[in-house]
Amino acid sequence: MNFLVEAIAAIGSAVLKAVALIGELTLFALSGLSHMVRPPYYPRLVLRSLMEIGFFSLPVVALTALFTGMVLALQSYTGFSRFDAESAIASVVVLSITRELGPVLAGLMVSGRAGAAMAAELGTMRVTDQIDALSTLSTDPMKYLVAPRLLASIIALPILVAIADILGVMGGFLVATEKLGFSADTYLINTFSNLRVEDVVSGLIKAAVFGFIIGLMGCFNGYRSKGGAQGVGAATTSAVVASSILILAMDYALTQVLFFK
Amino acid sequence: MTQPKIRIRGLKKSFGGKTVLDGVDLDIMPGTGTVVIGGSGTGKSVLIKSILGLVTPDAGIIEIDGEDVLKAPRARAKKLRAQIGMLFQNGALFDSLPVWENVAFGLLAERKVRRSGARAKAITVLAQVGLAENVANLSPSELSGGMQKRVALARAIASEPAIMFFDEPTTGLDPIMGAVIDELIVDCVRRLGSTSIAITHDMASAQRIADQAAMLYEGRICWSGPAAGLLTSTDAVVEQFTHGRAQGPIKMALRR
Ligand SMILES: Nc1ncnc2c1ncn2[C@@H]1O[C@H](COP(=O)(O)OP(=O)(O)O)[C@@H](O)[C@H]1O
Ligand SMILES: [Mg+2]
Repeated sequence: MNFLVEAIAAIGSAVLKAVALIGELTLFALSGLSHMVRPPYYPRLVLRSLMEIGFFSLPVVALTALFTGMVLALQSYTGFSRFDAESAIASVVVLSITRELGPVLAGLMVSGRAGAAMAAELGTMRVTDQIDALSTLSTDPMKYLVAPRLLASIIALPILVAIADILGVMGGFLVATEKLGFSADTYLINTFSNLRVEDVVSGLIKAAVFGFIIGLMGCFNGYRSKGGAQGVGAATTSAVVASSILILAMDYALTQVLFFK
Repeated sequence: MTQPKIRIRGLKKSFGGKTVLDGVDLDIMPGTGTVVIGGSGTGKSVLIKSILGLVTPDAGIIEIDGEDVLKAPRARAKKLRAQIGMLFQNGALFDSLPVWENVAFGLLAERKVRRSGARAKAITVLAQVGLAENVANLSPSELSGGMQKRVALARAIASEPAIMFFDEPTTGLDPIMGAVIDELIVDCVRRLGSTSIAITHDMASAQRIADQAAMLYEGRICWSGPAAGLLTSTDAVVEQFTHGRAQGPIKMALRR
């Protein structure tokens, strides 16, 4: 009996905590977004974040996309060779990359790289009182730290994904022409004949949403971290885990919205 | 009677059921230097963070120039608090910015200097805390502890605040560097004619930088008076603290 009461109490308190956390996160997101559109602006900081999130993620995103395109071509060749392989491979590669794998893999990679770095940086600033110091120097930390990072992630991800799309198709093209001996012209014709604008645009919309998730989880977890070095480590882990899961869940939701109107 | 610069009444703050401040009353008269003493973890930092608006108290009144900042509209409270300069316990320098940008940060944020003139202004402020121009472009992490304290002090005084808070300015420094920082603090406060609150548990430092003293114990101000009175006080709590005795009314959390 006692055990039962304790168990219910534990579940209750966990639910309450989760609800409180969601509320906190929502307020944080709204405040970050509203600071993004209200002056003063910090273009210098947005640019710095763009470099950190976008430019420095380029190598890892590019390599991921290239290898994914290559392996897609190889896999679909073994899978489709019984049928009309040549035309199928090109469209499988380009559609998988632009619609799904480009945004999702770029999102996961950037979350591991830039999202973690954001959480660690803001977390360190929190536990060393630098965030408090900002407020005492007439600067709103939400505006100075969070808004530029959110904006930069929302801008950076679609650009990265556009590049990933191109490199992914190139990976497939390389394997198809160099290894499988397909003709280059036919491969390219097949690639573009089945590709519609919506395929690319939907991928870029997903990318912008994933960028927002990465920036939000990185900033939120860093901003509210406490308890010294250990707290910063925990914030970094939560940022990556939470944004990865949210990216995959949002991917499903967005696919539903974008393709089953 | 003149109006206190800062007037605190019944200030309370708990963290998750643990009461830290339990009805603090404190008057800070304009132009005076007050030192708040008390054991580690008694809530000294929470007290000044409440005045700064970094911690939201559960109850009480905090008046600056006679206006309650807890009740005032947000913009007004912000304006009242903007006259406070704060030296954080561990400096809290921005490690992503060079020393000069740290010093000029508040001035740039308040648009009191343009970016082009900020570096020159920062160098004049650095000179006031005894630092030469050659540190201006260094990163805070390249400086020694004493130098970081000086830069943090320079950042706090750059906009010539009417009120200054110093959170354990000498903790973690050797006694000589501690004395040097105390001297700089006294210098700056006197030159700007500011009202100041310093937190410390260093008795020598307390005597050097303050004329008034208050002791925080069990969430309240248990004793206050002239700083010189600290050493002669017969109050059992103050006496135990100033003489650093293990026996007495103050029980460390460890032994509870
Ligand atoms: N943000 C916070 N969340 C939870 N507890 C806090 C927070 N800030 C301070 N405390 C607690 O309040 C007490 C007083 O802290 P503080 O004011 O920093 O002490 P000190 O007198 O040494 O400056 C400590 O026990 C600390 O754990
Ligand atoms: Mg403290």
